[in-house]
Amino acid sequence: MSAVRVSDWLLRGTFGLFVGLLVAVPLAALIVTGLSAGPAAVLRAVADPMARDAIGRTLWTAAVMAVVNAVMGTATAWVLVRYRFPGRGALSALVDLPFAIPTLVTGLMLVLLFGPQEPVGAWLSTHGVPVAFGSAGIVLALTFVTLPFVVRAVEPVLQQLDPDEEAAAETLGASRALIVRRVILPAIAPAISYGALQAFGRALGEFGSIVVISGNIPFQTLTAPVLIYGEVEAGQPGVAAAVSVVLLALALGLFAITRRLRGRLRGTDA
Amino acid sequence: MGIRVEHLTKRFGAFTALDDVGFEVNAGELVALLGPSGGGKSTILRIIAGLDQPDSGAVYLDGERVDSVPANQREVGFVFQHYALFRHMTVAQNVEFGLHVQKVPKAERRERVAELLQLVGLAGLEQRRPAQLSGGQRQRVALARALAPRPRLLLLDEPFAAVDAKVREELRDWVRRLHEQVHLTSVFVTHDQEEAFALADRVVIVREGCVEQVGTPLEIMDRPCSEFVARFIGEANVYAASVAAGAARVGSVSIALSGAPAAGPARVVVRSYDLKLWADADGPVRISRMVPLGDRVRVEGLIDGEHPVVAYFPRRSSLLHGLEPGCRAAIEVTLARAYPCSNGTGATHVERS
Amino acid sequence: MPETLAPARPELRAVAQAAPASPLRRRRSAAPRLLLFAAVGAYLALVLIAPLAALAQRLGELGIGTALAALLHPEPLAALARSGVLVLLALVINGVLGVLGAIVLVRHRFRGRELLDSLVDVPLSVSPVMVGLAYLLVFGRGGWLTPVLEPLGLRVAFAFPGLLLATLFVTLPFVVREVGYVLEELGTDEEQAARTLGASRARTFWLITLPNVAGGLGYGLTLTAARALGEFGAVLVVGGAIMGSTDTATTFIYAAIEERQNAVAYGMAALLAATSMLLLVGLERLNPHRRESGGN
Repeated sequence: MSAVRVSDWLLRGTFGLFVGLLVAVPLAALIVTGLSAGPAAVLRAVADPMARDAIGRTLWTAAVMAVVNAVMGTATAWVLVRYRFPGRGALSALVDLPFAIPTLVTGLMLVLLFGPQEPVGAWLSTHGVPVAFGSAGIVLALTFVTLPFVVRAVEPVLQQLDPDEEAAAETLGASRALIVRRVILPAIAPAISYGALQAFGRALGEFGSIVVISGNIPFQTLTAPVLIYGEVEAGQPGVAAAVSVVLLALALGLFAITRRLRGRLRGTDA
Repeated sequence: MGIRVEHLTKRFGAFTALDDVGFEVNAGELVALLGPSGGGKSTILRIIAGLDQPDSGAVYLDGERVDSVPANQREVGFVFQHYALFRHMTVAQNVEFGLHVQKVPKAERRERVAELLQLVGLAGLEQRRPAQLSGGQRQRVALARALAPRPRLLLLDEPFAAVDAKVREELRDWVRRLHEQVHLTSVFVTHDQEEAFALADRVVIVREGCVEQVGTPLEIMDRPCSEFVARFIGEANVYAASVAAGAARVGSVSIALSGAPAAGPARVVVRSYDLKLWADADGPVRISRMVPLGDRVRVEGLIDGEHPVVAYFPRRSSLLHGLEPGCRAAIEVTLARAYPCSNGTGATHVERS
Repeated sequence: MPETLAPARPELRAVAQAAPASPLRRRRSAAPRLLLFAAVGAYLALVLIAPLAALAQRLGELGIGTALAALLHPEPLAALARSGVLVLLALVINGVLGVLGAIVLVRHRFRGRELLDSLVDVPLSVSPVMVGLAYLLVFGRGGWLTPVLEPLGLRVAFAFPGLLLATLFVTLPFVVREVGYVLEELGTDEEQAARTLGASRARTFWLITLPNVAGGLGYGLTLTAARALGEFGAVLVVGGAIMGSTDTATTFIYAAIEERQNAVAYGMAALLAATSMLLLVGLERLNPHRRESGGN
């Protein structure tokens, strides 16, 4: 390699400074403030019943959504990769929509569909499934927002499957179901996990769609990000920061795992 | 367990992959489907296995028609060109897959896997994954996997195409020996003429979806039934000439033809080893090149400055005395065949092996 | 040792004999396939299509003309303009620095590269409200940098610069990642060839590298624009959504809903949705992780 020059360091320095100021400094401020009253204070803030409930809700709604996405996202990827049908291109594009559309608009659309004044929403409400102002609404919003993750992770892996492996299993006597279970699924499982974990991590921080559809009712539909917002508005940045630290730890932990998985996925090819 | 295919036809859109293909394989035989790439050989194999369906025609295994039997019930062992090993399973799991499907109990499975890995010379590699194996090893695992559930016949689709040349030779010998041991009816597809002749009991030559000739290697070599087959098998000198009274003229050289060829325009085929050249100052041939090839020498020349001729001589042959590039030589043809020209086909472009 | 060739399942012979010969029999039954299509169809209809349809229907009820006319007032227009400026600045700043960053992270090797690489991905994991909070802690009342900036008269929190920083934060990874991905795939061969032909580093960059990454850059910029336009939580917290000075298109919608000004809220939402659709088309066209047209 050629000798390292001053211009190289100039480039690195510029970018490093930019990222440092933009990302590292605020992040540090958040963590330091959150921990400033000591770890005990963090635990106390998190142990507060409302906070505990909100964090719990954030976790389980994200988990439910991750499972739904893992199953249906894989099914969607399968349909998009293995079949040809009119409108396939449009459907494929539509799957990417959640990445393009503002989360607030998503929430608004869901309210229009499932709000208590709407025909669909009212009907569901009387049948015990209050979508708006209920946890079902949160799960639905999260599913919309993270829809592309699993589909995009699984699609390329499905495309690269060797059709001869399935043919070989057929000649060895396997039924279609067995082929799916023992030849195909193990091959795409890492991609499904990767997509689902990404979706889960994203869902932990979701704000825009939930704040509109859930009603933000403490102990019923309050999630952690909305709680943090509430604390900031109420002039309690310290509490907000403490809860943030917990959420951040979760998010960064997940992020580290998915980074590892991505490395492993990239290098998977016999 | 014999195979019979009859009147197989298959089209992909406007392209006809197979056109009325039919042949038989006797129980215990090792038969090669030989022909240029894209000729439909693999399609035939896949149809026999049930992986593809013909548009019309029938497949009989041991006298029974199996058209409606799905691939996973035909008890056919299949070895794919690129191995198609299950990449996330170990070697042992790959080999036992067919037994697993048959619900063979674990202990018995394990025993059979050990037996087969011993047979293919890969004992001890049970826990490896395909990615950790060489091409030759992978192909042997594929073979073991196909043989494990005791199939009624074995089909191999260009099994050595993806493997290094040196390993290819070893695998070839090894498959032949295996077949002599096991005598499982086998059909393999190849575009390599040498390979087909080295391994097979009989050869079916397939070109552009049609069967050109069926016979033992010797039969095909000595009595090729068409110009295509004659050119495809081994190196040959081919000339356009007119046949009259059982002979043809190429330049100033008269060549006696075997069989009783009809008079008229034809293609004359002379094998490189069916002719003699020797130094002669008045000869019609001028030598242009002599290429040493290990134990043989390839001699190239022109008859009457116009018609190319190629011959091979053993290194120490006395006929080589006095032959050198630029000198003149006499020629004698010991065996030649003529094929009448059909309208418009002209010369075929053919792969020489 | 010789193999025994007795078939494992002689009962299948009977099956083969009994079944009528039908070479055109379909290989797989259609039922599971239909079920799969139905399930996926229902899922996507519920989650993706129905909400869009609901918005379209409400717009229809209000009348598109009414909704769009409601936007033609000073406040919504100002909010839209502000969002527009934020998007443009994000495109330029993160576009240029993103290309720079991609080169630095992919082509260079230096101590601290891994850390820098991780930092670039952080915005993808952090909740928007936490982003806003973090900036408040730096630039707000009692913030870390406030004592430095206040005497200079520089307000960041509850002012436009704060909005800009938040927007830059959330859009940081896109160009860097997408251009980086393309750089990795392309390799250095072309650039090395240019160097052997005498080109300076700058020329190599402008004439070889940049055109080659144009596709990835376009894709990254489109993602940046979509994200910048749609950002809500962070700008809400940092800016305070002060009508007339720090509200963006999204915070405007939020305020409008709270005040039950439906026409302008849905109008703005529809406008943003339509813009997203356009950006989506751009995304599909430019996608370097091409989705192949496969199919059986």
